[in-house]
Amino acid sequence: MSDILEVNNLSMRFDKNNVFDNLTFRLKRGSLTALLGPNGTGKTTLINILMSMLTPSSGSFTFADGVRLGYVPQFRNIDAEYPLSIEAFVGLNAPIIKNGQTKEAIKKQLEETNLYQIKNTRMGEASGGQKQRAYLAQALLDNPNMIILDEATASLDPMAKDELMKLIRHLNEKHKITVLFVTHDISLAHKYMQNYLYLNHGQIEHGEMSQFKEAYE
Amino acid sequence: MFAYGFMRNAFLASTFIAITCGTVGVYVVARNFSFLAHTLSEIGFAGAAFAVWLGIGPLWGMLLFTLLGSISVGELSLHSEQKESSISAISALFTGLGVLFLAISGANSNYATNILFGSIIGVDHQGVIQLIALSIIVLLMIFSIQRSLNFDSFDHIGALAHGVKTGAVSVIFLIALAMSVSIGAQIVGSLLVFILLTLPPATANYLGKTIPAMIGWSVFFALIGVWLGLYLGYITNLPVTFFIAVIEVAVYLVTYFTHIIKHSL
Repeated sequence: MSDILEVNNLSMRFDKNNVFDNLTFRLKRGSLTALLGPNGTGKTTLINILMSMLTPSSGSFTFADGVRLGYVPQFRNIDAEYPLSIEAFVGLNAPIIKNGQTKEAIKKQLEETNLYQIKNTRMGEASGGQKQRAYLAQALLDNPNMIILDEATASLDPMAKDELMKLIRHLNEKHKITVLFVTHDISLAHKYMQNYLYLNHGQIEHGEMSQFKEAYE
Repeated sequence: MFAYGFMRNAFLASTFIAITCGTVGVYVVARNFSFLAHTLSEIGFAGAAFAVWLGIGPLWGMLLFTLLGSISVGELSLHSEQKESSISAISALFTGLGVLFLAISGANSNYATNILFGSIIGVDHQGVIQLIALSIIVLLMIFSIQRSLNFDSFDHIGALAHGVKTGAVSVIFLIALAMSVSIGAQIVGSLLVFILLTLPPATANYLGKTIPAMIGWSVFFALIGVWLGLYLGYITNLPVTFFIAVIEVAVYLVTYFTHIIKHSL
């Protein structure tokens, strides 16, 4: 399998603090990788660099040709009074005057993420798991072939976690979407992920998820 | 009532203003800019007083001040840690300036009342054309950036993650907001213009689940307010602004309590 992402000697400093130093790793096309590490080790910083929302202090990264990147960030400002329906929220990532093709694309993603039945529920009244699936559906509207999710399961109950993870695995298996899943939940990663990247003390390790326990726990 | 030219002018102007404020207001509420809209109306008061002092039309002074004010206050509220205090300080300064300009211009108190509380009945034909033209410009501005504006206003973090140019959207929206404040102040006055920019959209938040539906409801309630307000003002000879305020507040409260009751059942 060819590489979809190549990261070389990537370093990030804020003022004089080193967040990480000389990270080098590759991700395979179609892989299912957990980005693990304790809180505050720079996982989100690394993602922001990959999304070109931050510029690294040094080093480089390259995505393979033809990569369409989807990104589900960690936090959203959706309070209980948030008015838009799940369908309208997902459709924010599309023109407001929607042609048949766009409507069909939104419907497809709502079905894919198991939200079609409740598409008229207000986002403010949706459960944590439903909201996360709506964030994912919104990102899927761009038809990505690689998707990065940042702590998508952090605030979910165990059932909602499993539902979301099964959905992510389904996207990987059926649609061959490469997944980079940021989490500090090691047992969840064991259950659903194939590979890991472990970021701690400014260094990164890469391997198969099944080997992770021996190495770090 | 429509036999009078001044009433026809008033209805025509306020129809366009209600459509503009109702539309822009949906984004004011979504972006949590209600407080900013209030501050802008005070800045608009100072601008109108400044124009009176210069001897030009109050609308132009208002436009000048609200445009400068919205960009600077908008930037402050985006970047400052002390968001509310800094907006309060600016608001205090401009209200003070407004009082100063009125005093040194020697305008009578009637003029100040008109600026603060509105004077739609006094709008002449040329004034109506100006207000309609400005309304159309604002609506075109909103329409031209609607996709990014919708995404950024209703899901700022998602918009950033999708590479929407949120900075540019914010600046264009602040300009549209400043213009809406200036034209809205012509009917309800600078002291109460935030009513049209916040109450109809806040009501619409409870009724619409999509952005077009929310804009529809918001414009509808803004229109009901100004039309009924003008009518009641005409037959009672009491201030139009008073009726608009009462109608918008009543509609909001009824919708709010209906929402609360529905959700507690």
